[in-house]
Amino acid sequence: MEELTVDATVENIMQVTAFVDEQLEALDCPLKAQTQIDIAIDELFGNIAHYAYHPEVGAATVRVEVIEEPLSVVVTFIDDGIPYDPLARREPDVGLSAEEREIGGLGIFMVKKTMDEISYEYRDGKNILRIRKRLERL
Amino acid sequence: MNIIKIMDENKLSISLEGRLDTTTAPDLEKALEGSLDGVSELVIDMGGLDYLSSAGLRILLGAQKSMNKQGSMKVTNVNETIMEIFEVTGFADILTIE
Repeated sequence: MEELTVDATVENIMQVTAFVDEQLEALDCPLKAQTQIDIAIDELFGNIAHYAYHPEVGAATVRVEVIEEPLSVVVTFIDDGIPYDPLARREPDVGLSAEEREIGGLGIFMVKKTMDEISYEYRDGKNILRIRKRLERL
Repeated sequence: MNIIKIMDENKLSISLEGRLDTTTAPDLEKALEGSLDGVSELVIDMGGLDYLSSAGLRILLGAQKSMNKQGSMKVTNVNETIMEIFEVTGFADILTIE
């Protein structure tokens, strides 16, 4: 298990992505899965950076674990900001026209669609959001 | 992300390279701001783009809405990962993808 704790800022998304990519490359993670995980980081860490401590800045921890059977990578995002369950959000209507569309909720919707599992809990004053992506052996 | 803008009369072509995400989407927003005046044809070339997140979708939606009022917009050279994002999010129906 590897962990990185940094200030939850938009500027640090790149550092978090590089940290997770390093673990994924060591696992020979297929590029497509890695790209989908990178997008999930942008959405989820970006959300924390924008909202968790607003207008202050606080820390967030990103943890990468590998589990077997089936081989999967689990990325956990932990912050002690305001309690927020992104999964409780109503799903966007993706059938609407350009004029009617709203972007709110689209990021978390994409993450739900591309990850094999996503879970949220609020425990000991912390938001804990976990995504799991199955890795196919090459 | 690199942004290359080419203006040819009323046609604006924008080529993107890298990642269109939370960090870089404001750059594209700035590149488009004020550049669409008098433009009747907008082409966004994604040949060099690795992926985009919802922050990028927001900018594309804004550009599409603007171009709906004054001309046409198309998105070209979309890779498989990005095409899947467009399909999952319904953007495949909103955008003209070639």
